[in-house]
Amino acid sequence: MTKSVIPDFIKIAREDKSRGWKVLDGSRLTADIDIECDVVIVGSGAGGGTAAEILTAAGLNVVMIEEGPFKSSTDFRMRERDAYPQLYQESAGRQTKDKGIVILQGRAVGGSTTVNWTSSFRTPPTTLAHWQRVWGLKDYSVADMLPWFQKMEERLSISPWAVAPNENNDILKRGCDKLSIPAAAINRNVKGCWNLGYCGMGCPTNAKQSMLVTTIPTSLDHGLSLIHSTRVERLANRYGRITSLVAIGMDREGVAIGKYKIRVTAKHYILAGGAINNPALMLRSKLPDPHGTLGKRTFLHPSPVSAAIMDGKVEGYSGAPQTIYSDHFLDTQPVDDVIGYKLEAPPIHPILAGITLQGFGDDHAMWMKRLPNMHVAIALMRDGFHDGSIGGNVNIRADGSPVLDYKITDYVWHGVRRSLLVMAEIQFAAGAKIVMPLHEDSKPMRSWSEAKKFIEALPMETLRTRIASAHVMGGCAMGADVRMSVTRGDGRHHQLENLWVFDGSAFPTSIGANPQLSIYGMVARNATRLVELMKPDIKTKFA
Amino acid sequence: MTFRSRTSRRQFLKAGIAGALALAVTRSLDRNAFALASPNSLRGSLDLRKLANKDAEVIAALAPVILAGSLPDDIVSRQIAINEVVEAFDRTVAGLSPAVQREVEELLSLLTMPITRRFVVGISATWPNATEDEIKQFLERWRNHRFVLLQQGYQALVRVMIACWYGNPLSWGKISYGGPPFAKELGLQ
Repeated sequence: MTKSVIPDFIKIAREDKSRGWKVLDGSRLTADIDIECDVVIVGSGAGGGTAAEILTAAGLNVVMIEEGPFKSSTDFRMRERDAYPQLYQESAGRQTKDKGIVILQGRAVGGSTTVNWTSSFRTPPTTLAHWQRVWGLKDYSVADMLPWFQKMEERLSISPWAVAPNENNDILKRGCDKLSIPAAAINRNVKGCWNLGYCGMGCPTNAKQSMLVTTIPTSLDHGLSLIHSTRVERLANRYGRITSLVAIGMDREGVAIGKYKIRVTAKHYILAGGAINNPALMLRSKLPDPHGTLGKRTFLHPSPVSAAIMDGKVEGYSGAPQTIYSDHFLDTQPVDDVIGYKLEAPPIHPILAGITLQGFGDDHAMWMKRLPNMHVAIALMRDGFHDGSIGGNVNIRADGSPVLDYKITDYVWHGVRRSLLVMAEIQFAAGAKIVMPLHEDSKPMRSWSEAKKFIEALPMETLRTRIASAHVMGGCAMGADVRMSVTRGDGRHHQLENLWVFDGSAFPTSIGANPQLSIYGMVARNATRLVELMKPDIKTKFA
Repeated sequence: MTFRSRTSRRQFLKAGIAGALALAVTRSLDRNAFALASPNSLRGSLDLRKLANKDAEVIAALAPVILAGSLPDDIVSRQIAINEVVEAFDRTVAGLSPAVQREVEELLSLLTMPITRRFVVGISATWPNATEDEIKQFLERWRNHRFVLLQQGYQALVRVMIACWYGNPLSWGKISYGGPPFAKELGLQ
């Protein structure tokens, strides 16, 4: 593979004054300011980025507000200790209220797309069928969504990964093959990828086609005003409409809010801050919530973790992080039966591995010393399709910050245990010498029969069992029934006619797959519809 | 049901009362009052922005136990490593949101206030004088405690400490991790 460095064209464009990009650092305000525009977008991730490109291309005057900093490839130095505080919510340590689940979520221009592992799946047909049947989302058939997925796949160079999987993924494949469990290759949104394995720390070569290097620069070329390092505090509403938005610039550290306010008045307001921050903003703003649905049904794909030691080198920190998956345990049972799960492999970097392995001292150090030989598998629980899995609730603390109360139910624990069994069996089938489910009461096991007995008896409890999440979904569920949902299928709020939710928080369930392409496709359609709605208005204005 | 805690019922009650008291008291204290540097304190010798001296002493005492087996064997390198872990812990806390910082402050107060250190943590001497065995027992007790609050405290301490150490290139030799690839080609050195 030829390797060439794609220069940091984002930084170059920002410094080139003739380019005319309007980028404002909210931590450098010197006074309160008032802005008027056609559309204001809160958040710059998969939803916000996709919407911005479509709206600015239509000639609309758009303002985008992002809480995180504006970083680009020369800032991405492949070091966890720099990347996590800089690019993630809560320094990559965001947790559920009871601390039972660690949540990896981006917080920078480009949102989670800047730090995700590039896995790209269309929304599974079973999920779409469930949305149509249970949530009344009539125009969410596979055929309805297909052109939008195709459009975004083309836009973001989403295609099969032609390079051989790294050993961490290949072990998952080999183990599945041995057990006749179907496994397949993952599509990725990359162009000229170096196969480094550091996607989670921001792509240093600009190969990952995140919002940061695709839709956002295009939008800036089309006049987008991007205000970063700025937190949206409140929306004001009157007579069924949002009337204004108030944001506050962060302090120079980007940790607490600063002093100066930005007030935005727009025709339409789009929320794309993710499934924890969107409901929190709406709750802080005391927006109408007549049926108590706001912030409910927040989903995480809770994921247990199984580690193994192999004879040969795995080097799970090297090579594209996610390239193999298996949907066998999603597809072999009805969607609303016992919980299904998707099998994948994660990248294995020192901090991420260190904080996920249980124990301390010599026990912990022994595993870390075998980092180059460590294999790790994860199982993403498909939450939200059954009465036993209603997800979590977003609430706000006294200071207005969000906290997600997500209780793992017996229904979900049942799937966690089954998946730990399956992952151990796969790892042994692939030749693992030692397998260990990550759990406070765990220990290394040397055979599948030993592991089977042990995992069957392992207590499934919060804080004991390691559970991670990299996907936040729901909290502003879309649906046809106003008593069950927050927005309509087109993203418009049921009670506020100029408020739209354009990101994964609109999902009424989890996706059952890494969600970025589901967000791109849904938002591409809904933003296009919004343009169609606004067009007469624009024509009048410019006539 | 498994009975995990080795704490007796009496200790358990004491821990509960003292813990609740400590949290109530810490909420009313301004921790900045404790953050003054003196030449004899860790704050005087280390580069700390958020941690008070007594907090830094706890982290410095916990580090060799939580990170046992992974710190450098050479005594000078080891001290350098511990200093850098304490400073990284401080930076990590400073980078958390105000709400989460407050939780960390409450946890550190529980560890440092003499009454809770003695009865909830089970360390009778001051932190710099606590033995490795005492600290190990404390960590195991909290790890398996029936009070969720203390299990959470254990996990937070261990997690942050481990993140602070394995983010540091000084730790990479022992785990045979070579660091980011192509750092030279990408101009990242």
